[in-house]
Amino acid sequence: MARIIVVTSGKGGVGKTTTSAAISMGLALKGHRTAVIDFDVGLRNLDLIMGCERRVVYDFVNVINGEATLNQALIKDKRCEKLFILPASQTRDKDSLTVEGVGKVLKDLAKDFDYIVCDSPAGIERGATLAMYYADDAIVVTNPEVSSVRDSDRMLGILASKSRRAEQGEEPIKEYLLLTRYSPVRVRLGEMLSVEDVQEILSLHLLGVIPESKAVLNASNSGAPVILDEKSDAGQAYADVVRRYLGEDVTHRFIDEEKKSLLGRLFGG
Amino acid sequence: MGLLDYFRGTRQSSAAIAKERLQILVAHERSERGKPDYLPMLQKELLEVIRKYVNVDPESISVSMEQDDNREILELNIILPDDGERKKPKRV
Repeated sequence: MARIIVVTSGKGGVGKTTTSAAISMGLALKGHRTAVIDFDVGLRNLDLIMGCERRVVYDFVNVINGEATLNQALIKDKRCEKLFILPASQTRDKDSLTVEGVGKVLKDLAKDFDYIVCDSPAGIERGATLAMYYADDAIVVTNPEVSSVRDSDRMLGILASKSRRAEQGEEPIKEYLLLTRYSPVRVRLGEMLSVEDVQEILSLHLLGVIPESKAVLNASNSGAPVILDEKSDAGQAYADVVRRYLGEDVTHRFIDEEKKSLLGRLFGG
Repeated sequence: MGLLDYFRGTRQSSAAIAKERLQILVAHERSERGKPDYLPMLQKELLEVIRKYVNVDPESISVSMEQDDNREILELNIILPDDGERKKPKRV
């Protein structure tokens, strides 16, 4: 039986797709059979971040409509054989996703996979509500910035009331905070909300902090999830996040400023 | 933050302002959560009916919904004006 994880935020541009790509790759690299689904119907982008955009033949909506089988639509990752991508449809028909259709695809996937990562679109429209509807766990991606924090809180309200678990009175979705684009320097200068500030406002369990990093754009430029860039700060931060999610006790990093050497200080390196 | 402000220690950092604003906003939005969305409309229409008979101030009516395990309470609170004003109700 698979565990269904939704990566959500409410606000756009905070790093949901980057996070979905990194976490699904991380889980697969740990040996878990993982499927990652793009729920952003009409604005498909996960394929591009995963570097498989030229291999898309069938999509999520084709599977729901019975025009293709799951096996035909799933794209096997070239770097990790445990990872499969289910791309979003580019149709403009917003009604193509249905509760029943999504439920059936997830049920079929659950037979073969250990983890199903649902990459939610921004907003609170159908794609976003369906991405979280069947979730067991929710990773709430938040930037240390007022509109993102507010939207995350709104998503928490929706997770607690509009999900399958909420409607059927089951144990609620496990919610985790992932703070992205974090800049310890700006926090020290009083220009950015700190991890503690955001946690205090949202009262969520902290899954990890991803620092603002050049590696993220480099990764999306080349279509390789940033977690594969093992030397980068963001790559290491995501690797920690995956280990933490799997239950390991990993100390938080990238929250404080890097201590510079004397030479580094002198030359501003 | 300028150097002078730094030494005076007067101006709040923008992060502190952000936190304060968010705490107020999030608390407010959480209290509104789960309430039926017809409340503002109900409040407006009730006010219109009452104002046919009594000249009440639009601000002096409030409708709220409270919920506990086994019941929901719809509370309607109207502050009537002083006697002098009450004698000349607005007829529509």
